[in-house]
Amino acid sequence: MQELHTQTLTQLAAGMQRGDFSSVELIEVLLGRIESLDQSLNAFITVTADAALAAAVRADDARATGDAGVLNGLPVVHKDIFCTKGVTTTCGSRMLENFVSPYDATIVERLAAAGAVVLGKTNMDEFAMGSSSETSYFGPVRNPWDRERSPGGSSGGSAAAVAARLAPAATGTDTGGSIRQPAALTGTVGMKPTYGRVSRYGMVAFASSLDQAGVITRSTEDAALLLGVMAGFDQRDSTSIDRPVPDYVASLAKSLKGLRIGIVRQHFDTGLDDKCAAAVRESLAVLEAQGAKLTEVDLPNLDLSVPTYYVVAPAECSSNMSRFDGVRFGHRAKDPEDLFDLYCRSRGEGFGAEVKRRIMTGTYVLSAGYYDAYYLKAQRVRQLIAQDFNKAFAEVDIIAGPTAPTPAFRLGDKTDDPITMYLNDIYTIGANLAGLPAISIPCGFVDGLPVGLHLVGPHFGEETVLRCAHQYQQQTHWHEACPEGYQ
Amino acid sequence: MSGHWEVVIGLEIHAQLATRSKIFSGAATAYGAEPNTQACLVDLGYPGVLPVLNEEVIRMACKFGLAVNATVARRSVFARKNYFYPDLPKGYQISQFELPIVEHGELYIKDADGNDKRIGITRAHLEEDAGKSIHEGLDGSSGIDLNRAGTPLLEIVSEPDLRSAKEAIAYMRKIHTLVRYLEISDGNMAEGSFRCDANISVRPRGQKKLGTRAELKNLNSFRFVEKAINFEIERQIELIEDGGKVVQETRLYDSDRDETRTMRAKEEANDYRYFPDPDLLPIEIDEEYIEAVRRTLPELPDAKQQRFVTDYNLKASDAAILTVNRALADYFEAAVAAGTARAQVVANWVIGDLAAALNKDGLEIETSRIAAGDLSGLLDRIDDNTISGKIAKEVFDAMWTGEGTADEIIEARGLQQITDTSAIEAVVDKVIAANPAQVAEYQSGKDKLIGFFVGQVMQETGGKANPGQVNTILKEKLAK
Repeated sequence: MQELHTQTLTQLAAGMQRGDFSSVELIEVLLGRIESLDQSLNAFITVTADAALAAAVRADDARATGDAGVLNGLPVVHKDIFCTKGVTTTCGSRMLENFVSPYDATIVERLAAAGAVVLGKTNMDEFAMGSSSETSYFGPVRNPWDRERSPGGSSGGSAAAVAARLAPAATGTDTGGSIRQPAALTGTVGMKPTYGRVSRYGMVAFASSLDQAGVITRSTEDAALLLGVMAGFDQRDSTSIDRPVPDYVASLAKSLKGLRIGIVRQHFDTGLDDKCAAAVRESLAVLEAQGAKLTEVDLPNLDLSVPTYYVVAPAECSSNMSRFDGVRFGHRAKDPEDLFDLYCRSRGEGFGAEVKRRIMTGTYVLSAGYYDAYYLKAQRVRQLIAQDFNKAFAEVDIIAGPTAPTPAFRLGDKTDDPITMYLNDIYTIGANLAGLPAISIPCGFVDGLPVGLHLVGPHFGEETVLRCAHQYQQQTHWHEACPEGYQ
Repeated sequence: MSGHWEVVIGLEIHAQLATRSKIFSGAATAYGAEPNTQACLVDLGYPGVLPVLNEEVIRMACKFGLAVNATVARRSVFARKNYFYPDLPKGYQISQFELPIVEHGELYIKDADGNDKRIGITRAHLEEDAGKSIHEGLDGSSGIDLNRAGTPLLEIVSEPDLRSAKEAIAYMRKIHTLVRYLEISDGNMAEGSFRCDANISVRPRGQKKLGTRAELKNLNSFRFVEKAINFEIERQIELIEDGGKVVQETRLYDSDRDETRTMRAKEEANDYRYFPDPDLLPIEIDEEYIEAVRRTLPELPDAKQQRFVTDYNLKASDAAILTVNRALADYFEAAVAAGTARAQVVANWVIGDLAAALNKDGLEIETSRIAAGDLSGLLDRIDDNTISGKIAKEVFDAMWTGEGTADEIIEARGLQQITDTSAIEAVVDKVIAANPAQVAEYQSGKDKLIGFFVGQVMQETGGKANPGQVNTILKEKLAK
């Protein structure tokens, strides 16, 4: 039998179904790996070993009594931005270092109801603000492909854990690329669904109009499986959409014959690493060989997506972060002199530099006299970008391109230069601004580091995106590669 | 106040909407619960929670908009108003800013000359209330009660069309009456369900440009509104006449000292950084919805007042009093319908004795000790001459203390009016015989003595003789 930690969720589900192993055995293996290997990565903030074993016992009982959900006994890890009852939810911040949520996020509930076993909570950029998982109060996450490099961010802990075979699947959140870019940089599959497809209830908000929960796995099939459980209307989230959830796994099988794939002219202009570009072009050739038709499409306002994002996201962030005032939960400064001092020091001590930078930027762009010039204008440009996508999707079914401009960069390389860091999300941000489903899948290596192929679909086009990714993975083995030291 | 100055007032009225649960959460809105027992995670602004609109508030706001002849927006948007305050859990209040649900309304008040005056209603928007800070009884520290956080409010903003404290009060009373008619707010001012901020400025009469205004915050009784506004007008006029300048600021009214004082100056004012709340979808309503709401509108106070004058021949002033409160108007109509008494007589009793009795016992019309039908039963006995108006007051008091219906009390106490002419004549004869001196005086021209004789007859009959008959018979017999 293939070693348990190397198997995908789908394989594990089948094996457990056959009775090859129990959930307890599986969970013990993975907890053992986390224990011995995570020191090298810092992918976890919290490991919930006891609760995981107890849940595994229950899952085995449930299987014995024929009462098993689709994910029964299967391990997942949650990005530490999802509220989990009775376990700390830190958001990678000193502000919430000791915060224990009194309730479960909707997706945490749904995965638990399907029988999933939670191994722990993963490290991340503070409040999901960052592209390298270096802004965490709990220290940076390391990339298993090269521990001197970043796994990307903000869901870097989830991506590193999945890449290093510490867990077969993880949840993540994606506001500007925070699932897809780390997936690209760690050689994993990262899927962000359509805005409104998955409930945001219980996901600590960074930029509410852009935030969307998704998954990081090692195969597209697994992403489809998990997404099917997480997706669906939630009356506790007004922005979630009441629309039936298709059977994503069932939709994978159809061939790519006749699929129209758009290649964005602007994607290959400047800023994209040559070797990455070559890997992406090669993957497009594979898709073409499978029967897909490649055409060029135009996203004329693509270059405006990063500046637009860095107005809209900080604006919403500045408001969303206001509830962390030291009064009801979270970090509270010692011996405040007065109310103002309580606010200033609680927030000053509780938040890190990147969060503060975004709060200040956001406060500025919403201020009287600047609102029209920044926030309002950014919202208009956002409309234009969404229109560009709509026009493109009139001609093609999928838009394909690179996920990130370079492979994983060195830790510390970009921390002093926020703008360069922000540009790392240039290819992913558009899907957030337009609310579109998108996936990153491994498509090659550059100097031993993974490269991601980015596929974007129209609204609620998850099935097409997943099918395209899955069919590609039927012809390629990039996603099966395992980093040295984690086999 | 100098006639040289014109006063300009605009009011922002906050009416708590009478929903059972909060505007964005399922927590209860009942007043007076133990602190923080009616605040759920959404009200507490916990990480990860999201607001979900209570759709009842849309219907209520729509009702109000239609009642003040306003435009009800087909699309309105919630916005975040950002500021830090301990009783504001999220660090922002969810309100409406650029696109409110109600705009361009109006209502009419009576001006000083008794003429109708139109007061524009700029807008009415939905928002959530904040919690309360508590500074008493906590050994010098401050507490926060978030029971009120998230209670729905309709903020009703008037145009600066009001020209005196009296007009401001008249407008505020009209709104107060209206929201209770519409059953969208209980209007309870003591519990803070209905309160107002006033923007006040003065300018030389004839000047077009508005003077610098001061905003008076949180006025929660009609009396305080009037006193606070009048104080503020005096203060501004004196200040200007002494060569000073009014500064734009927010002021608080101190009812103990009857004065206003600075709360915060303009430069300390918050920049609220409003922007559309991305957690909530825009409110979108169509014509059909609006028409459905329109069909649920009750008869509005002005229409009812007019009808009372036309249909019941009531004095306009009485019609106004009776229609201030929908329950009072209903009571009046029920009492009229149940009996034979003239509507004006019913009105006199409702406004007079009944109102006084309710007031004395601190009761509302809904909890009156005498039901409309029972009052009607009493007035019928006056109408059919069973008792006099004077005896009726005695019966009313007995009814109030629960002795029974009018008929039961009249029967038990033997209060039936004496209308038998021969019986009254007998008493009159007796009185005339007993008072020869007064008879002589009366017959020599001292007409006023008739009162004396009436009194004597009434005394003899225990007040039960029909006063009209007594008068007629006395005059007849004395003239002989």
